[in-house]
Amino acid sequence: MSFTVSLYVATSLLYVISFIRNRASTVQAFTKAKKSFLNILPDFLAVLGIIGLAFTLVSPNKIGAITGERSGILGSLLTSVIGSVTLIPGFIAFPLAKSLLDMGASIRNIALFVSTLMMVGCVTFPLESRYFGRKAALLRNVMAYIYSFFVAFLLGVIVK
Amino acid sequence: MKRYAPSLCIAASIAFLYFIRPELGRQAALKSASAMIEMLRVVPPVFLLLGLFDVWVPRQTIIRLMGERSGALGTILSITLGAAAAGPLYAAFPVAAAMAKKGAKFANIAVFLGAWSTLKIPMFLFETSSLGAVFAVSRWLINVPGIIVIGYLLEKFLGPEDKTRIYSYEGEHLNQA
Repeated sequence: MSFTVSLYVATSLLYVISFIRNRASTVQAFTKAKKSFLNILPDFLAVLGIIGLAFTLVSPNKIGAITGERSGILGSLLTSVIGSVTLIPGFIAFPLAKSLLDMGASIRNIALFVSTLMMVGCVTFPLESRYFGRKAALLRNVMAYIYSFFVAFLLGVIVK
Repeated sequence: MKRYAPSLCIAASIAFLYFIRPELGRQAALKSASAMIEMLRVVPPVFLLLGLFDVWVPRQTIIRLMGERSGALGTILSITLGAAAAGPLYAAFPVAAAMAKKGAKFANIAVFLGAWSTLKIPMFLFETSSLGAVFAVSRWLINVPGIIVIGYLLEKFLGPEDKTRIYSYEGEHLNQA
């Protein structure tokens, strides 16, 4: 919460300073901010709704059941897909990863889960392609997905 | 109004879910609401700051720091900015687009997105306490070259027309699709 408060306070302060220095520019900045926010808002709302739905249908317990019980290539693939399609905030994801580890999941799968979770965003893909074009968004996600396997392999070797 | 159609469809799906499985529907509605609050905590100030950035920061400055000829400095700066951030990856998209508009090199924008997605320091601290320092530090270090490589490969794979689309980003373009 404190982070949010400081972000809002800092933003307001900067606007006050900006307003003192140049009134017209500050009004322009605010107008631009408002316009671009309202422009992207519909996409945001859709993505947030999908996050809510996905997070309900694929609950942390289910993720645990899938990644914890399966091993081998199929387990890894499944883990990477779950990591890619879900969007879980860090304060839930890391404790979840820890509990999966305690339940006997391999370091490799945990690394794969954490890495795809953070780098690959299927749910936010519409938003990303709205800004950068479909091709750029697709390429970034595919490369991040592939790289996650490399990260997982190395971490499996390094972490004992 | 037409652009709100997807959101309305999803709202309708949640309502439908509520009718067939009330408990799941209720959860989905609650979780969407909390995702929305999460978004409102970060995204409006980000846009407000981008407005100031757009008005006050000269294009020349960004070109010098992160443009085509910025070299290693631009890459290091992109990583630092991304790693210092907090908040979900979707908040990084408009920031990256604003940097592109000011003349940042595409590879640097991709590196910034990569750093934001996976090198964030607040996340790193959380990861260390949950999964241990060896895990978190190794993953962080392995990711640094990774996001640089991904950034430069992206730059290479994308044709001039793809980049023009990104570089010409303005709020107005979002209305067309």
